[in-house]
Amino acid sequence: MNPAWSVITFTTAAGAGQGLVVALALALASGTAIGTRMQSIALAVALMLLGVGLAASFLHLGRPERAWRAMAMWRTSWLSREVIVLPLFMAVVLGWWLMVFAGSPSSGSAESASAAMVALPALALVLAAVLWVCTAQIYACLRFIQEWAHPLTLLNFTLIGLASGTLLAGALASALDERAWLAQLLPWSLTLTLAAWAARIASMWRNAALKPRSTAQSATGIAAARLVQTSMGMSAGAFNTREFFHGASRTAVRHVRLVVHGLGFALPAALLMAARDAGSAQALLLSLGVLLQIPGLLAERWLFFAQARHPQNLYYQRVS
Amino acid sequence: MSSTGTTETLAKQLALVIDLNVCVGCHACVTSCKQWNTSGSAGPLADENAYGANPTGTFFNRVQTWEAGSFPATETIHFPKSCLHCEDPPCVPVCPTGASYKRKEDGIVLVDYDKCIGCKYCAWACPYGARELDEERQVMTKCTLCVDRIDDEKMAPEDRKPACVMACPTGARLFGDVKDPDSEVSKAIRERGGYSLMPEWDTQPANQYLPRQVTATAAGTGHARGTGGAR
Repeated sequence: MNPAWSVITFTTAAGAGQGLVVALALALASGTAIGTRMQSIALAVALMLLGVGLAASFLHLGRPERAWRAMAMWRTSWLSREVIVLPLFMAVVLGWWLMVFAGSPSSGSAESASAAMVALPALALVLAAVLWVCTAQIYACLRFIQEWAHPLTLLNFTLIGLASGTLLAGALASALDERAWLAQLLPWSLTLTLAAWAARIASMWRNAALKPRSTAQSATGIAAARLVQTSMGMSAGAFNTREFFHGASRTAVRHVRLVVHGLGFALPAALLMAARDAGSAQALLLSLGVLLQIPGLLAERWLFFAQARHPQNLYYQRVS
Repeated sequence: MSSTGTTETLAKQLALVIDLNVCVGCHACVTSCKQWNTSGSAGPLADENAYGANPTGTFFNRVQTWEAGSFPATETIHFPKSCLHCEDPPCVPVCPTGASYKRKEDGIVLVDYDKCIGCKYCAWACPYGARELDEERQVMTKCTLCVDRIDDEKMAPEDRKPACVMACPTGARLFGDVKDPDSEVSKAIRERGGYSLMPEWDTQPANQYLPRQVTATAAGTGHARGTGGAR
């Protein structure tokens, strides 16, 4: 496939936002003391990431003014389900943020406010998980794109979102000197980064070993052992040649893969380890980790699309 | 990703049957398709840079060329390709707006251009690459089997066929109801080994292809085995 920057940005930014929300919700649920200023900033950053993702997803559409129609087919389409769950998730996070922002309520409404402070993070947790399922299934449900049609797609989307979200949470917590949350986050973020790396390596191995089920013979029904296309039926390009081929050289793809391993996983993991006993340098190390991880994970998502070999490409091999 | 409970059997399924024995690769079906559909209900079909070095445009039908076998026993096979109007079309359930649909009365897979948001997900979901996004209108387009011909009661009955079928000079394109066992297309599929493309994905294409049949000549120069046809 030809990776689209809109979808790369959307899935990466939204994934990190989801991870950040999950990190905060779980920390609060486990009784970790986190200042309201910290909570408010973390939720605002998450909303910003989700907003960037939502804006990017609009840019993917040929007719963005009709985007509202995409909620219609939730019974059959994972894309439609995602279009419903994303704004719902954002609304819950916004409500949570407003509750935190409003601060301690007056005594009359204290009870209902504290109930909402339990319900909203819990609901946000559930919706973050559902959103990962929707986003990943958009790709995993296409059975003939064999690189995607596997549970590893969901595992990768979820683990990468959690890894980037917890690293971002760590950077924010160290900047605001939230010791208790930071102490909790560091081992979790390291574990999740390593787990995400391992799962991504597993999917790369799987992709490399995949044998395409469709061949020129099955695509045309012509049984000859040697079968080559001499003309795709046009002299220049078409939608089919633009949308489904990434056009990057093997060398370029190899370099992207190095960026994925290095910036996406290895360096953030190393910085997370170094930050454990870094004292006042913690904030610097973790912020550097976030900054390095952004291009790394964008490259990871580029590779996710570029590595998917669409069977339609069998029909578009030779210009003449 | 089966189409969640909507796999009702259609009583009628219009389709094309392509005879690879007689297609000569003239592209008359390509140009007649473009002409009819750019002016008809599916149009206009954009052409960009039409007189430049890299012209590109929206087409519903392509004729490709393949070379089968090894020299000297090679064959050139012209291979027309358009939407196959699958009986279980993977492009339809993924559409988030319902713009993509399979018409109940005759099984034609269509796009409602007023509902399409141009997300391209249906094109990703089609293993055949049958759909093309129109770059000017930014909506997905595809072969309609010329619904605006076959439904037009003002046309003479013999003209109520897809433009490509009307244009083909060798009769390589048959059109009809593949669910009617007595139709021309059903007979051709039955008697001449009609087959579908990429059967491995179980999309059940309605369009079928008739394999090359190599006949020995009196001089005995015919190849011992044909290369056309999967079965």
